[in-house]
Amino acid sequence: MIEFRGVTKRFPDGTVAVDDLDLVAERGRITVFVGPSGCGKTTSLRMINRMVEPSAGRLEVDGRDVLSADPAELRRGIGYVIQQAGLFPHRTIVDNIATVPMLLGRGRRAARDRARELMETVGLDVSMAGRYPAQLSGGQQQRVGVARALAADPPVLLMDEPFSAVDPVVRESLQDELLRLQSELGKTIVFVTHDIDEAVKLGDRVAVFRVGGRLAQYDEPGVLLSRPVDDFVDTFVGRDRGYRGLGFLTSDTIPLGPLDMVSMGDPLPDDGWAVVLDGTGRPLGWVAAGDGPVTEDTVVPGGSLYPVGSGSLRGALDAALSSPSGQGVAVDAEGRVAGSVTADAVLAALPAARDDSAA
Amino acid sequence: MDWVLRNSGLVLELTREHLVLSLLPVLLGLVLAIPLGWLANRRSWGRTLTLNAAGFLYTLPSLALFVFLPPIIGTRILDPLNVIVALTVYVLALLVRTVADGLSAVPERIVDSATAMGFRPVRRFLAVELPIAVPVIVAGLRVAAVSSISLVTVGSVIGFGGLGKMFTEGFQREIPQQTVAGIVLVLLLALVVDALLVLAGRLLTPWERAQQPTAGRARPGARR
Ligand SMILES: Nc1ncnc2c1ncn2[C@@H]1O[C@H](COP(=O)(O)OP(=O)(O)OP(=O)(O)O)[C@@H](O)[C@H]1O
Ligand SMILES: [Mg+2]
Repeated sequence: MIEFRGVTKRFPDGTVAVDDLDLVAERGRITVFVGPSGCGKTTSLRMINRMVEPSAGRLEVDGRDVLSADPAELRRGIGYVIQQAGLFPHRTIVDNIATVPMLLGRGRRAARDRARELMETVGLDVSMAGRYPAQLSGGQQQRVGVARALAADPPVLLMDEPFSAVDPVVRESLQDELLRLQSELGKTIVFVTHDIDEAVKLGDRVAVFRVGGRLAQYDEPGVLLSRPVDDFVDTFVGRDRGYRGLGFLTSDTIPLGPLDMVSMGDPLPDDGWAVVLDGTGRPLGWVAAGDGPVTEDTVVPGGSLYPVGSGSLRGALDAALSSPSGQGVAVDAEGRVAGSVTADAVLAALPAARDDSAA
Repeated sequence: MDWVLRNSGLVLELTREHLVLSLLPVLLGLVLAIPLGWLANRRSWGRTLTLNAAGFLYTLPSLALFVFLPPIIGTRILDPLNVIVALTVYVLALLVRTVADGLSAVPERIVDSATAMGFRPVRRFLAVELPIAVPVIVAGLRVAAVSSISLVTVGSVIGFGGLGKMFTEGFQREIPQQTVAGIVLVLLLALVVDALLVLAGRLLTPWERAQQPTAGRARPGARR
């Protein structure tokens, strides 16, 4: 657990970067700091590992005042990942990852073995172990950065815009990977970003800062999207917040409708659309009404699928909107077609889901 | 050539002396330049002080240095130490700037992430900043070594100039082959030492020649 109590940072030139911050980042959770440029996110983050010293207030990591700790010792117990990873260009990938264990005095052999293990954990091919950072793509370097931060198994991980320098597709896969890792490792993570979408995707709780280093709102992402405290947060969260908020409402109660289903070789439907199934009941796509049999050529790709039980309202609505027939395909845990879902059904389920989440 | 073969004993002895007189100062200068370059890079007053002092020393004429050093450092006028000290001052003046530049070119981001991982300043300097500055330092070292090898010859006016002695003697005794041989040998020495430094630099910095990725960017979900 990381606890800010009345923490202020005033730089020698008089800039107040962080103003009287009270905030608790819970153990084992991802806390995201988000806000416009210059609002004090990085400064707040760097006070946790004493890269910046607070001017006033108290900051504790797992009950220990950071100012009472030896800075180097403190930092070895806190993983740190920054934009473009900050890898050492003169060390191989495996030695970059082994850095902190070596600083802690573990043997070189053991540190390198651990580093190779971690390469697998973050999805890097071990054959890259002997390469230098310049020989990796941006996304791969970022994975090395995460592996390096995890190497000594620190309970706390600080991440400062770690994914902002890679393209959107790679960024999304890195985000998914982080969530997967976190579900296994359960670290206390503080993650800085200026991207509200990234914040609501990754954060268990999101702290929105305003310029001047003041905390504007600190809530779960769903609450942030549905109930911003003021105009600043409302504007910052953005225009589509209503739609994006659907992602945080669950939808076990949406009634599934019937669906016309055909297999390859069956005659085409007389009117409307039908879903084409493979031999195991999984959807292949849609066919429109017509004459003759269903063949590869007549199949139109389907939209997104809505997994019953695990899906959000947003997933259900998207399945309906992206399907050529207007009917979203709901699938069960095995990926077999379970029924259809329509936009009307999603909207009808909305009030109940809202009440649930408010409760 | 003939002359060299007939006097190979003398030539070898002078070459050895030339190497010691020119390269010992390079080594000493480097060892002193590293902490001073660090200071210059860490503190703004350190930068002003060291770089101005270095600039001043570098503009002193070398001959004057050979002559005025003895009373300052308490050596006799005919002492090889004069040559060594004078050249060390030269090399130092040259390398302080190089080391400071090399260190300041290490990206802030990298120094920062080293600190954040728990390096203490001395270890961070030796394990991260200095190695990354090696290519710049080696470039400066090549200039310093070649300059030093040619400057040693000036020492022959006080009797310790290594191969420079062949210039002066060749003149006095009117043996042009000796003068020419001296010049060629100094050039050769400079070339060989320079080549060795290039080689050493390459061995120290294997990452500098690491290829860019050929496989392209990471594909999402491309694991295993
Ligand atoms: N060393 C420093 N000296 C003086 N002012 C500073 C220093 N570091 C940061 N600041 C100022 O403190 C404020 C907060 O900076 P900080 O880096 O924490 O912002 P940020 O939220 O991380 O912004 P960004 O999204 O651009 O990274 C800014 O006004 C910045 O100019
Ligand atoms: Mg920042």
